[in-house]
Amino acid sequence: MSTLILNPNIPNGDDFYEKLLNAHEGLSKEQSDALNARLILVLSNHIGDMDILEQALNAAKTAGQSS
Amino acid sequence: MNKIFETPLYPYYQSVDQTASAPAHHSVVVIGAGPVGLGMAIDLAQHGINVVVLDDNDKVSFGSRAICFAKRTLEIADRLGFGDKLVDKGVQWNLGKVFFDERKVYEFNLLAEDGHARPAFINLQQYYFEQYLVERVQEINSGAQKIDIRGKNRVSAIKDHGTYSTLTVTTPDGEYTIHADWVIACDGAGSPTRSMMGLDFVGRVFEDNFLIADVTMEADFPTERWFWFDPPFNRGQSALLHKQPDGVWRIDLQLGWDVDKEAEKQPDRVIPRLKSMLGDDVKFELEWVSIYTFQCRRMEKFRHGNVIFAGDSAHQVSPFGARGANSGLQDVDNLSWKLAHVIKGLAPDTLLDSYDDERIHGADENIMNSTRSTDFITPKSDISRVFRNAVLDLSEHHAFARPLVNSGRLSMPCNYVGHSLTGEDALAGGPSRSQPGMPCPDAPLDNGFLLSKLGGGFTLMTLNTDAPSPYEIEGIEITQLELSVTSDTNKTLGDRFLGTAERAVYLIRPDQHIVARWSEYDAARVQMAVATALGKTQ
Repeated sequence: MSTLILNPNIPNGDDFYEKLLNAHEGLSKEQSDALNARLILVLSNHIGDMDILEQALNAAKTAGQSS
Repeated sequence: MNKIFETPLYPYYQSVDQTASAPAHHSVVVIGAGPVGLGMAIDLAQHGINVVVLDDNDKVSFGSRAICFAKRTLEIADRLGFGDKLVDKGVQWNLGKVFFDERKVYEFNLLAEDGHARPAFINLQQYYFEQYLVERVQEINSGAQKIDIRGKNRVSAIKDHGTYSTLTVTTPDGEYTIHADWVIACDGAGSPTRSMMGLDFVGRVFEDNFLIADVTMEADFPTERWFWFDPPFNRGQSALLHKQPDGVWRIDLQLGWDVDKEAEKQPDRVIPRLKSMLGDDVKFELEWVSIYTFQCRRMEKFRHGNVIFAGDSAHQVSPFGARGANSGLQDVDNLSWKLAHVIKGLAPDTLLDSYDDERIHGADENIMNSTRSTDFITPKSDISRVFRNAVLDLSEHHAFARPLVNSGRLSMPCNYVGHSLTGEDALAGGPSRSQPGMPCPDAPLDNGFLLSKLGGGFTLMTLNTDAPSPYEIEGIEITQLELSVTSDTNKTLGDRFLGTAERAVYLIRPDQHIVARWSEYDAARVQMAVATALGKTQ
């Protein structure tokens, strides 16, 4: 089974984070939600591995829960 | 209005049972003369069993109702002897278009695989399907077998005595009573039989209303399936346009939950809606209007002793994906041969438990698929709408998103891989599409198509090898089909059944599901597979 990468994997994280925020610049809440949804779908398709996607869903879910 | 709705197809007559001094005893009584009930009666008759069919009505069902009949249903109809009529009358289509808001986001071609006698599916009004069934019954009745359809015979009480049931039947001439060894309840989603027996029917209700309008119009819309998400003429909702024979178009408009159903059905509300969809200059006439809500649910068990439920009485799905009538015909396909073998003493009574096992599996698959379609078409939360719209927006630009668009998935026959009647897979290199449990794929032969060569019972098919004949196992005559595959004969057959193997032996059930396969003939192993398929090895 493939394993989801949860260690730093983006060479320049600050650059990426800035680009992510810039993509949402000037968008309404509704437009931002739509952009996020499209982004999730595009990235999920690129990954294309159900094992990885399930691990990603879990990682995202559990990190949002209060301990 | 179409005359077919007014003419009694199986008019009431007084049967001898009504004046008999003691209740008549019948082997099989089918309740309901819809597609499933009549299909069941025909299939049983073809297995040599006489059937009485009781129906509270005497005509075809009103309105077009089920309109999509899938390839597997057409193949079953071929086996039942009326497939040609369906295909000759039905409309075939390949092109579908998907619209979102004001744009066409993409179109798709079904590109059905070549080498099958029947198309992926046809559109045909349910009343034609029922009419052809009744005509087939009449054909059968001119021979040795007897299907006794009794119109305006309503079952008003049922008492289950374990090995038989007593039915009270209400007719225009009053009540009478009959006994039946076996009762098959094909009396629809609102099944009175199910209610009279106090049985459950649980599942999920979808809070939505859909307006169905059948219109005849003189318009040159192409023969395609058009589906709209959130169109300008039906904001926030969906719409579907689909062609049927006789210049009739099915239009399906989602209305939402908080609507006045009676008011929405009136022509003064329906006609403006259709005009905004079709354009002001298109001339059309309303043929049938109905509003429906739907549920996805099934009975916990379809078999209750000697009373067995089939079709909508046992399971109900949303209409997206055409899984209602189509799955009902698969119930027929599955139950008829089993019941016939049990009645003839060729299989143990427990064979019928496998109907529950296999068809509950089928119902669950259908419920899952149609629930997924419904959740896409009618998003139940803000975030599900956000994702739905994201998929549609992406589908306009990127191919990857198109398979995620779900406006109803084509109904595929379910398989029984791993179920109790399925035998061994001993064909190294055999294709997975024809592994034991799968419905036998069709294939072109040098003289016709494979499925038409299968017998009404069990078939032993040998490819590039042979088996001794004549052949009888467990008291059952096995049809033999000897075929050869070379580099220039029956090539498709080889692709679908040999894979990389050089020769193969297949055992196929009466409902055309594959029981087992081997790389060579072995009498003992074939006998074991037949016993397995008859439920004798549990």
